[in-house]
Amino acid sequence: MDLVASLDGVGVSLGGRPVLRGITLTLTSGEVIGISGANGSGKTTLIRTLATLQRPSDGNGAILGVDIRASDLVNVRKQIGLIGHTPALVPELSLRENLTHVARLAGLDEARVGPVLDVVGLDEASDRRADVASFGMKRRIEVAHLLLRKPQLLLLDEAASGLDSSATDLIDALIATTTDRGGATIMVSHDRSYLDAKCQRTMVLATGQLEVVN
Amino acid sequence: MTFWSQALEIARVDLSVERRVGETMRVVLPFAVVSLLVFPIALGLQVSVVGEIGPAVFWALGVLFGMQVALRQSAADSPERRDLQALVGVDPAARFVGRTLSGAVLTFAFLMALFIAMVVFYGPSLPPGSVPALFLSSSLFAIGLTELGTLAGEITAGIRNRTALASLIVAPLALPLVIGASQTLEALVRGESILPWVLLMIANGLALAVLGVALAKPLEEAAR
Repeated sequence: MDLVASLDGVGVSLGGRPVLRGITLTLTSGEVIGISGANGSGKTTLIRTLATLQRPSDGNGAILGVDIRASDLVNVRKQIGLIGHTPALVPELSLRENLTHVARLAGLDEARVGPVLDVVGLDEASDRRADVASFGMKRRIEVAHLLLRKPQLLLLDEAASGLDSSATDLIDALIATTTDRGGATIMVSHDRSYLDAKCQRTMVLATGQLEVVN
Repeated sequence: MTFWSQALEIARVDLSVERRVGETMRVVLPFAVVSLLVFPIALGLQVSVVGEIGPAVFWALGVLFGMQVALRQSAADSPERRDLQALVGVDPAARFVGRTLSGAVLTFAFLMALFIAMVVFYGPSLPPGSVPALFLSSSLFAIGLTELGTLAGEITAGIRNRTALASLIVAPLALPLVIGASQTLEALVRGESILPWVLLMIANGLALAVLGVALAKPLEEAAR
């Protein structure tokens, strides 16, 4: 099994306050792992660290073979897909325009935008502006981003919260296609039972430290 | 995706957002035009004197309101959008260039509309060659001010009072631009060459472009 992500004794401090301490985990190709924890336990900081968007203050780590402290992370970041708490959309653009914008910035084939909108069930609502779209629609566009980009490491931070069953099915399908490509997924949620149902391994993040529970 | 394709895509989306929001032409411009009217009233000037101060007032308002255009809210990326841009491989320098391009187009359009309003309200006597010189100086002024505004925007990204803090950075550093632009028209009035003032603005624009491109990535990473 190929190693997709590894952290060894990683600590992160924000504003001088330690948020994560001694985090050690490995994620191999095809794996889906879940991390739960109370509000403020550091789940989002851990996800951002794995996404190389947050520099660790201690420890070592690698994502897809690239040191997370490397100065040039452009190529590895292109292999990382993230769904965070707040959808990353341009509010004044339509849902279709948002997807096209990301496709252009990433240098992807724009012809795939239409079919992907169809897959996420937004073909008819695609001309709706993002600032008046529902949260579920915005989430579907984020899933569409990732279907276009096909990342090897999928990071889902409370991605299924507040979604109906058809939207959570889309997230399940996104995880399945990532696994089929040989990628891996880390899901973060405060809902332990949801993670137990979806993941091969689950861990709990408490006071900045990880404990394997299942 | 090349550097220039990313820069042009960012500029295209910025202008598209501005067309829908109208922050520059429907909010900033009317305030600037009202300010043009307030100056002579506040100073109690006679009609004959008003024409003489017109160009100076134009450049003063140009830099004050131009900063608002350069630092407009619609060109500020949310933290989530900055993360997404990093993950899709957007070069921070391409974002600086794209944002400067869109901001310069808007600032230039704003200056042209403000100049027309100044001519209508103040009736200044403009020397021959004023219009081409104004186009040139306004273009260079717009580029320089937007570079400065974009750079200040990057430095203050994520700070709650971003606009106020960025304005404090931009205002003193915009001095060479204000001097260069205002003295271009003054040189024409005096019958002197405008070349030194144009060169001052070009040198300023080039220095800011080099600084903006060079600092884009370190600023992006420093914010992480």
